[in-house]
Amino acid sequence: MKYCYKVPCQKEMLREIRSFVKDVLDKHGLSEEDISTLVLAIDEVCANLIIHTHKCNASDSIELEIKFKKNKEVIFSIIDKAEMFNINQYEEPTLDEIIKRRRKGGVGLILVKRIMDDIQITTDQKKHICRLSKKI
Amino acid sequence: MVDIIRTQEGEYEVIKIIGEVDASSSIELDNAISEAVSGGGKKFLVDCTSLDYISSAGLGVFMSYIEEFKKQDIHLILFGLNKKVANVFEILGLDQLLNIEENKEEAQAKLG
Repeated sequence: MKYCYKVPCQKEMLREIRSFVKDVLDKHGLSEEDISTLVLAIDEVCANLIIHTHKCNASDSIELEIKFKKNKEVIFSIIDKAEMFNINQYEEPTLDEIIKRRRKGGVGLILVKRIMDDIQITTDQKKHICRLSKKI
Repeated sequence: MVDIIRTQEGEYEVIKIIGEVDASSSIELDNAISEAVSGGGKKFLVDCTSLDYISSAGLGVFMSYIEEFKKQDIHLILFGLNKKVANVFEILGLDQLLNIEENKEEAQAKLG
């Protein structure tokens, strides 16, 4: 089963993205805790793309696909025409560094890496895909 | 979408967060805390009983004040986090760095 959602790059759409992910995961009987952490991870990746890559340009869009594998794995693919930052190469700042510098950002990708089992960035026919998987 | 209500209760101020704090609404939380602190108060309770969701943008707001609050001897205590919201703080270990209490009574007691 595959679910797809295409959204314009507006911060206000993050709420819709969360609602879409929650509805899909609800249908597949995941625990409330799993649903809430997976919704959070997808929100973080999408917020990153919408704000940093697309500068909230509403004429741009990103696509989200959710697939359930027979081996009890859920795979989220976030598809973007723009090149993606490779989360796997992200050097995590420590919480102390973030606090001392009084930074307001910097923990979103740490959350994503802690929640997901695997993250792959691939490029396919001018599309860049961030594939995040989680055993359920 | 988030609503923030600030109420002075004796010697401390209660900042109540209603709704969801994400990348689009965290600025409102930031502004509310910033305005509250600029009033000169030193004791704040953050009522999270109606906080339905928080993402890293909201966590970042709280983290960005930790140093300033230490220097200025400002005490801010969060209370009433639901299980899902509390889990987000715990994933990062922020529950160890911020003052978080179960309910308002415990938060008040800690504030002294």
